[in-house]
Amino acid sequence: MWLKLGRRLGSLIIVMFLVATMVFFLTRLAPGDPAALMLGDQATAEDIARLRQVYGLDKPILVQFLLWLKEIATGNLGQSIFLQRPVIQAIAERAEPTFFLALFSVSVAALVGIPAGIASAVWRGRLVDQIVSGLAMLAANIPSFWLGLIFIQLFAVRLGWFPVAGYGEPGAPFMERILHLALPATVLGIVNSALIVRFTRASMLDVLSDDYIRTARSKGLSEARVVLRHAFGNALVPIITVVGLTAALLVGGAIVTETVFGLPGIGNLVVSAVLRRDYPVIQGALIVVAGIYVLINLLIDIIYTFVDPRVRY
Amino acid sequence: MSMNTPSLLSIQDLEIRFRTEDGEIAPVRGVTLSVAPGETLALVGESGSGKSVTSLSVMGLLPRPAGRVSGGKILFRQRSGRTVDLAALPLSDLRGLRGAEIAMVFQEPMTSLNPVLTVGEQIAESVRLHMGLGHASALKRAEEMLDLVEIPHARRRVHEYPHQMSGGMRQRVMIALAMSCNPSLLIADEPTTALDVTIQAQILALIQRLQREIGMGVLFITHNLGVVAEIADRVTVMYAGQVVETGSVGEIFRTPRHPYTNALLNCLPARARRGEDGRRVVQSIPGSIGKIGDGCAFAPRCVHATDPCGVGTVLLETEMDRSVRCLRWREIPA
Ligand SMILES: Nc1ncnc2c1ncn2[C@@H]1O[C@H](COP(=O)(O)OP(=O)(O)OP(=O)(O)O)[C@@H](O)[C@H]1O
Ligand code: SF4
Ligand SMILES: [Mg+2]
Repeated sequence: MWLKLGRRLGSLIIVMFLVATMVFFLTRLAPGDPAALMLGDQATAEDIARLRQVYGLDKPILVQFLLWLKEIATGNLGQSIFLQRPVIQAIAERAEPTFFLALFSVSVAALVGIPAGIASAVWRGRLVDQIVSGLAMLAANIPSFWLGLIFIQLFAVRLGWFPVAGYGEPGAPFMERILHLALPATVLGIVNSALIVRFTRASMLDVLSDDYIRTARSKGLSEARVVLRHAFGNALVPIITVVGLTAALLVGGAIVTETVFGLPGIGNLVVSAVLRRDYPVIQGALIVVAGIYVLINLLIDIIYTFVDPRVRY
Repeated sequence: MSMNTPSLLSIQDLEIRFRTEDGEIAPVRGVTLSVAPGETLALVGESGSGKSVTSLSVMGLLPRPAGRVSGGKILFRQRSGRTVDLAALPLSDLRGLRGAEIAMVFQEPMTSLNPVLTVGEQIAESVRLHMGLGHASALKRAEEMLDLVEIPHARRRVHEYPHQMSGGMRQRVMIALAMSCNPSLLIADEPTTALDVTIQAQILALIQRLQREIGMGVLFITHNLGVVAEIADRVTVMYAGQVVETGSVGEIFRTPRHPYTNALLNCLPARARRGEDGRRVVQSIPGSIGKIGDGCAFAPRCVHATDPCGVGTVLLETEMDRSVRCLRWREIPA
């Protein structure tokens, strides 16, 4: 098992290297000179050249790449061109809403999706199944911005239960900030639950026809125990995978929701960085998100070993 | 059924139906058999004759919602002395009997155990439920059961997962699980078919030993007449969803009455007839299962068939301890 994890860590480093390479060259391939952009229309060629030198933009691209690699390998993501502070700090400042949004959304998605998927499999073809499958189909096809706007209109504007948008005053108490996440997390959770419902249902159906389920019934166990302990225990691996991947996607993919709800998260940071060609921030954010993605995958692998003894030995 | 011992299990004229894409079929329609306490009844017949479906119906484990018992009775005498019809019993009552008074060992040792629970937990779960033991003592009981079925190092293996064991070991675990609450009836559906011959013999010996020790009745389903000769007291032969003959092992082997039983025995090598060989000898021959046609189901393949065989319903006739479903069984030489 340790050997397996070691190998996994090795491949993780290779993946991160490839990601870094791609991130660097793709952002550089885009046209437009950030130095010129930064200084505006009135800048002279001299000003621009000086600035390029300050940010190392005048060196050959391969040299820039190697220097950059060395920096990120030591954890330094560089300096933001526009925000006047280290990229890592800019990301850290925006990490809280993104992190909690992803965490809450995936929790909502799992809490809704897993029980619905189980019920749907147990009562396959019956009314419950039809309702769940219909709703899941609907959820999968609703654009999150649309559902977001509806929720804002209904629960924030009309009923006033939740804040309309934003993340509270800077320095507001933690709970007040968190309350701002309730609506967006619900929206993202509902939209993302569809995939979890489908995976849970398929995985449960698969398992429910296995021989050991018949054995479990032959022992006289209650149907609830047969389904929840014997079937669900075996259906977990694909379910964990899809929940983990949902979490990973949410970290990077919450951009639209963050925009609709005016949350100052990483998605928001990336959008404004892209508009201003703030390369260090774009690159840094992509690296961090990819890193989280890879780490979540590693985490999924570790959880497998707890869930499935066949992986453990 | 011998008249002086009241039977433990008595299936009477059982009919089972399945809903399929091509309409409803009745793979079992006319099964009558009984098992006395402490007795082993072998249920034999070719593949598809309805042996497994019959045994599953006793446990109420027919695949749902496609399959159901559509006729007949499955009478079972509970430990309390009360006799119930398992086919009509509410599911909650049936659950109380499953694992406690009626236990089952399945054909597929490789897949019948839950891969994510240790074998100890799987046995202990049943023991906790039916014997009301706590966690620790249930696990202790599981360990004793593994010991009883001759699994070496039971103390260690109780914590192992099924995939860490061979097929033979897993089947022992299944037997340990089935026996853990001292059932009065054990249903074993081809428990050794998937195992190699030496392991087969060990498992059979094990079942016989445990049967003697706790005096349970055994319904033993098999293809293998060599196995029948070795362990059964009586034999029930099925063909195309019906019981065609029942008798003691000696009678069936010496003087088979039904032409199908005769055909079965004729493709058995002489050695096996004396119970020395364990090979699977009954080939699957397409029967006309499910359609309730007129006359004897075996007629198309029967060397003794005459005109009357093709009309009406052929009844299972019982005389002393012998039952035969054939119009001509008294005239046909064994
Ligand atoms: N799930 C099902 N759906 C529809 N028909 C079924 C189903 N299971 C069994 N049958 C029908 O019941 C018949 C008898 O099957 P069964 O498994 O009882 O045979 P068997 O005597 O145990 O055969 P084998 O020796 O191969 O195990 C089959 O031929 C099939 O037509
Ligand atoms: S009833 Fe007729 S066809 Fe059927 S087994 Fe007897 S002799 Fe053969
Ligand atoms: Mg079978």
